[in-house]
Amino acid sequence: MAHASTADHDHDHKPPFLVRWLFSTNHKDIGTLYILFAIMAGLVGGALSGLIRLELAEPGLQIFVKGGWLDQLGVVEASKHGYNVVVTAHALIMIFFMVMPAMIGGFGNWFVPIMIGAPDMAFPRMNNISFWLLVAAWVLLCLSLFVDGGPGKGFGGGWTIYPPLSTSGHVGPSMDLAILSLHLAGASSILGAINFITTIFNMRAPGMTLHNMPLFAWSVLVTAFLLLLSLPVLAGAITMLLTDRNFNTHFFDPAGGGDPVMFQHLFWFFGHPEVYILILPGFGIISHIVSTFSRKPVFGYLAMAYAMVAIGFVGFIVWAHHMYTVGMPVDLRAYFVAATMVIAVPTGVKVFSWIATMWGGSLDFKTPMLWAIGFIFLFTVGGVTGVVLANAGIDYTLHDTYYVVAHFHYVLSLGAVFAIFAGFYYWFEKMWGVKYNEFLGVVHFWITFVGVNLIFFPQHFLGLQGMPRRYVDYPEALTFWNQVSTQGYLITVVGVGVFLLILVEAAVRRRKAEANPWGEGATTLEWTLSSPPPFHQFSDPPVFKPDSHR
Amino acid sequence: MQSRVQGIRAWLAGAAATAMATVWALPALADEVLVGQPTPGAIGLQPGVTPLKHDAAFFHDVILLPIITVITLFVLALLVWVVVRYNKKANPTPAKWSHNTTIEVIWTVVPVLILMFIAIFSFRLLYAYHDMPKPYMTVKATGYQWYWGYEYPDNGISEFISNVLPEDKAKAKNVPYLLAATEPLVVPVGKPVRVIVTGADVIHAFAVPAFGIISDAVPGRLNETWFKVERPGVYYGNCRELCGVDHAYMPIEVHAVSQAEFDAWVASKGGYKVGAAPAPAPAPAAAPAPAVLPAAASDAAAPPSATPAPASAPTSN
Ligand code: HEM
Ligand SMILES: [Cu+2]
Ligand SMILES: [Cu+2]
Repeated sequence: MAHASTADHDHDHKPPFLVRWLFSTNHKDIGTLYILFAIMAGLVGGALSGLIRLELAEPGLQIFVKGGWLDQLGVVEASKHGYNVVVTAHALIMIFFMVMPAMIGGFGNWFVPIMIGAPDMAFPRMNNISFWLLVAAWVLLCLSLFVDGGPGKGFGGGWTIYPPLSTSGHVGPSMDLAILSLHLAGASSILGAINFITTIFNMRAPGMTLHNMPLFAWSVLVTAFLLLLSLPVLAGAITMLLTDRNFNTHFFDPAGGGDPVMFQHLFWFFGHPEVYILILPGFGIISHIVSTFSRKPVFGYLAMAYAMVAIGFVGFIVWAHHMYTVGMPVDLRAYFVAATMVIAVPTGVKVFSWIATMWGGSLDFKTPMLWAIGFIFLFTVGGVTGVVLANAGIDYTLHDTYYVVAHFHYVLSLGAVFAIFAGFYYWFEKMWGVKYNEFLGVVHFWITFVGVNLIFFPQHFLGLQGMPRRYVDYPEALTFWNQVSTQGYLITVVGVGVFLLILVEAAVRRRKAEANPWGEGATTLEWTLSSPPPFHQFSDPPVFKPDSHR
Repeated sequence: MQSRVQGIRAWLAGAAATAMATVWALPALADEVLVGQPTPGAIGLQPGVTPLKHDAAFFHDVILLPIITVITLFVLALLVWVVVRYNKKANPTPAKWSHNTTIEVIWTVVPVLILMFIAIFSFRLLYAYHDMPKPYMTVKATGYQWYWGYEYPDNGISEFISNVLPEDKAKAKNVPYLLAATEPLVVPVGKPVRVIVTGADVIHAFAVPAFGIISDAVPGRLNETWFKVERPGVYYGNCRELCGVDHAYMPIEVHAVSQAEFDAWVASKGGYKVGAAPAPAPAPAAAPAPAVLPAAASDAAAPPSATPAPASAPTSN
């Protein structure tokens, strides 16, 4: 795919192939690398979720058993421990190696500089380091799957890596590799965040103020601040975990005066902002798409920008809503209930403003728009179940059940991923220099929409009935909705097949891209450039007309 | 809890019951709804058998579920309307406006009001969980990899172990596999029972859906929760915090029985009635100590064997 985009004949003096892709300092090339990486990781993470769904298709143990096909395959351990390893790896891969690289590394790198009229990122070499650190992190995480974890091969303590399960519960080197992987992924993101903040603050085209900068740039700016402020806390926490494991410290070990719950506070102080890191760039993408295909400016631009700032800010003071059951003082719990519910207000502003943007518009249901409208609806479903879970009194019944799984997949798997696909199709021609097949794009959307809803909606029922998360087996009464969920997975796989077909079809047919395929609704600066843009754009700052670029 | 906001509750319950009847009919058709365990094909909460779970179910079924359903359908309706009315065929020339202060104020203020309405019930429920009545007795549940240990300090019953009942035995006894345990936690019906929860190795969680309770079993901490079962029966629960390989295989089985049956069960375990501790030195000292000293936790409650008084420990649910 990448090469399709390099086929045009400009006078750009591109470096030779290996230098270009290994030592790349060009934001668009690095963005491309991130996107290819995210597609690869997404396929791996998706395959792992398939193992989970196949295992849960029926009560009893199906595939995580000795002598089954999974055992013969020999990649992951076919045991109950292996199941936990797969659940853990699925989450870590999807969060750190799929959604974040796609949204921030991929679309952020590609389009933030262009949208603000900059020639490149502020620190191009650091940009290169960010990407290759992520690759190193990926290698470490993969290694961790194949070395001893303690109870078996790999680490199976969940992406939340709570001690003591991640310390005395997993004494093998696998967990150490996973920690180091997170360190590197974190360092990669912190460097990226610094790069984006510097770029956005200093390199906007003349005339572009923060208050008329495109919303995608706003969303990445807020995301970068969340990364910068939350990741060091994770880094500290996992470093303490590492020393607890290897150097006899007792930060989280009660036998030595430590406290396992302290880790949870540190983890979620990072973890809750992290969930907004995953979705905020999507908010930005959706705003542009909705506006483009409605041929109407974004409704309430400033409110949209500051809603993201508000979400980012409040996102830092709600972390313990993941910890209602650990034994916090009741008044503290009451505070976290109240703070968490506050987040629903700016979230509502966003949803209603998207709809208001469409209201009175002239809607064109091209593939990106379908994904965007799907996003708005599914994100709403995930948001309202978040409001349910925010209530500690209900969370006592639903915490750590499949209801929570349904909630965060509606905002992530259906929210963030729909935003990613929306952006992918929106910018497809711009990035690759060829057109995708519109019909296949629509088919991809509908199959995925049906599939993922079938996977995740019944999980609400399972959770209400009390099915705990991270269970390799379940009582017979829960069979029906689990079967439905697995059927949904099979449908979704067909959707993934269509997606791959779209990539191949576009690469083979090579229909020449237009600079602006979307017409007058597409007003941001990337549509003023050729598709793909020249290797170096905006050596002279572009002329920026404030009113047209929202 | 009966005394609480009777008027609003009755009115809302009536309104919501009509709305929900269709939805709820689905599991009801399948079979009768099971108590204390999941019902095949069911889509709602497990029925409650404690005052707290009734409150929680009211809050979920009557307040939250209707509100979020209406909001979701409202957003869906707006989307459908926009798609139908403002597609490029129906509306070839787009409007150019992008501001409307009135509507923005409305969609900020109305959600705030809805959330405040929810918060009233939410806080009431949260503090209801916290307001444990003077418990009749205390049991201590300790999570191990991968089984539960139960101790009855007020009855002088030292810790015994409860494992998952193996599949063949469960089949033979016609009890649900992965919910049934080798040893039940036996409690008297109608009496507030305090549960002290801790973990011996890693974190587990003691959760019983029919009681609406969960409490993390954290090494080095003593958490507490409580329940008052309204009717005799068998109620199943699970470990609900990932604790390793056999996380799915450490169920909780609670038997709520009459006082007489309870006393008989206590006697069969070699214990004595609550409040009838033999005069010489307290017996529970013989109980095996947890692997990790609970005293380390900053907000640990009093050690379970020390006193049955309802110390208002900050960790109370
Ligand atoms: C209206 C906004 C939201 C509210 C009120 C909310 C509330 C909550 C609450 C209370 C929990 C904890 C449930 C439990 O563990 O018992 C939770 C879990 C979670 N939420 Fe949200 N949420 C919201 C939006 C989001 C968004 C936008 C994302 C990500 C894109 C997200 C991702 C997650 C994830 C990943 C978890 C599970 C974490 C874990 O335990 O592994 N949420 N949410
Ligand atoms: Cu959160
Ligand atoms: Cu467990």
